[in-house]
Amino acid sequence: MKRLLTSRETMLSGAILLLLALTASRFPGFIAPANLVAVFTDTSPLLILALGQTVVILTRCIDLSVAANLALSGMVCAMLNAAMPGIPVALILALAVLLGAVMGAINGALVWKLAIPPIVVTLGTMTIYRGIIFLISDGAWVNAHEMSAAFTGLPRARILGLPVLAWFGIASALLIWLMVTRTPLGRAFYAVGGNPHAAVYTGIDVGRTQFWAFTISGALAGLAGYLWVARYSVAYVDIAGGFELEVVAACVIGGISIAGGAGTILGTILGALFLGIIKNALPVVDVSPFWQMAISGAAIIIAVTLNTRSARAKGRIILRRAQAAQTEGAPA
Amino acid sequence: MKFTRRLFGSAAMAAALIAGNAATAQDDPVRIALVVKALGIGFFEAAAKGAEEAAAELGNVEVIYTGPTDTTAEGQIEVINSLIAQQVDAIAVSANDTDALVPALKKAMQRGITVISWDSGVATEGRELHLNPSSNPLIGNMIIKLAADELPEGGQVAVLSATTTSTNQNIWIEEMTKVLGDYNGIEVVGTVYGDDLADKSYREATGLMQTYPELDAIIAPTSVGIVAAARAVEDAGKVGQVNVTGLGLPSEMAGAIESGASKSFAIWNPIDLGYSAAYLAYQLATDAAEATPGAEIPMGRMGALTLDENTEGAMADPFVYDASNIDAFKDIF
Repeated sequence: MKRLLTSRETMLSGAILLLLALTASRFPGFIAPANLVAVFTDTSPLLILALGQTVVILTRCIDLSVAANLALSGMVCAMLNAAMPGIPVALILALAVLLGAVMGAINGALVWKLAIPPIVVTLGTMTIYRGIIFLISDGAWVNAHEMSAAFTGLPRARILGLPVLAWFGIASALLIWLMVTRTPLGRAFYAVGGNPHAAVYTGIDVGRTQFWAFTISGALAGLAGYLWVARYSVAYVDIAGGFELEVVAACVIGGISIAGGAGTILGTILGALFLGIIKNALPVVDVSPFWQMAISGAAIIIAVTLNTRSARAKGRIILRRAQAAQTEGAPA
Repeated sequence: MKFTRRLFGSAAMAAALIAGNAATAQDDPVRIALVVKALGIGFFEAAAKGAEEAAAELGNVEVIYTGPTDTTAEGQIEVINSLIAQQVDAIAVSANDTDALVPALKKAMQRGITVISWDSGVATEGRELHLNPSSNPLIGNMIIKLAADELPEGGQVAVLSATTTSTNQNIWIEEMTKVLGDYNGIEVVGTVYGDDLADKSYREATGLMQTYPELDAIIAPTSVGIVAAARAVEDAGKVGQVNVTGLGLPSEMAGAIESGASKSFAIWNPIDLGYSAAYLAYQLATDAAEATPGAEIPMGRMGALTLDENTEGAMADPFVYDASNIDAFKDIF
């Protein structure tokens, strides 16, 4: 019971409720169901990217190229739609996921085959992907009037009262949760991040597992690329600039250990929601814009401090138990 | 005879060489670097076209279009340092920061490079002159006029700006506030900052409509912000209720004009701006003119720039785009 109460997920849920209550005390309309749906929809792109990032971080890697991947996939979708409006949106969506997966696979292959540190690989590909956008678009924007109505309409079409964009967020979360908890590959992510050497002895190919993590992250970034461009009805070189840091922040707030091997998908979801709520609440609570950045930053630091503190305590308990088991002379 | 012929021959050759040298010296083009806030922004791409036009008109001018990949002062300082190393003849910069670029630009001027700023200015000690696309009071008046013209009965308007430190936007909002009294019944209820990011601007615009349910217009004097605000108004189903106006590019705003989210907006012609900047830089670099207070420097088809006591000058009035002329301009820039 105490464990449940002090778990990251519970604490984060509490923080989110507190945040909602604080916002509602200054702007009651914020917690109206329609607005909460809007906030969740707005957070969906962040959530989708954070899910992919979680998988990567679980394997002790990091993917800084997700925002650039999103921007490039989005630009390709937008340019394709502008040039050939007849192509069905479903096909464009599939292409976005495929393109994103290829870009992720490039990251993964470099990490796997050339054993370059992931932060260096993805810093490099981040710049390369942004550069490619500039090359293919010549620096020009793709604007709303050039896109077809079906292309920009999909994310905001409503099914059962929720916009499709939100459904994509929910579906991605379910899929990644199932994969991480129910498939051998999902368990391998934890094994590789938790203890790579032990993982090798159990027959897991560390490099290959990391490769798949990057590919999944890339595919999700590609999906988010189409959604982003369609939602804001504009594509240019700089879209989602600096978004990769927000994505990493969402993971870290959600309790995904940067050292790998620890964290849950529920944590990521809560982390993304926490950031999303802050971003949506600040404009309506009438806080000076000069303070807004400081408040977002402070919230991240507080969340991370809580996380690292609880992580430390948890680590000690595990050691003590193991020690106790040893001194008892348990044969296992 | 043989000797004289040889002498004559070599003299002729020497003469030819000297003449040749002189000719190449004359043909050595004046290299003008157009440094923009960031590459890949439609506005600056159009300005570069204008600069090329001026170069073609002047002849003997090479335009180097450059800038950082993101809108940071650090990136621009790097670009300026590399231009100093390339020994260009003139730098015309649209600054990401009023003060941060000054040391680098001072260094350039010490090396004999002509430095002017255009669009977004640099502090006086960091440049010889500053070319404003329009006069700030005129822009400030224009953005509130665009909103007020649609609100004969008066109403609530809010401002969606770029970042809290954007030089341009802050001055325009200040000028707008000065002339607010001329527009009866118009109340500015708030100013928010979208940081020139599509997602943040969209969120801020949505926040404005929630905080002020009676809002009649959003004034966004920034090209990213105005597009995002128009999208937010469309998504909130408030087309016809909230009018988005301000400064934007015709190509980017065509969709918003079509949907009715924006009735009109203004912008100067960036082609004219790049053209004038290149023309002025050429005049100063070739010592045909000097940037002193009160000076009148010709800038080709745009007339002449009159400098004030801060060696600043205004090019022209902003131009209004609406449903009647958007189609003619949306393919240009």
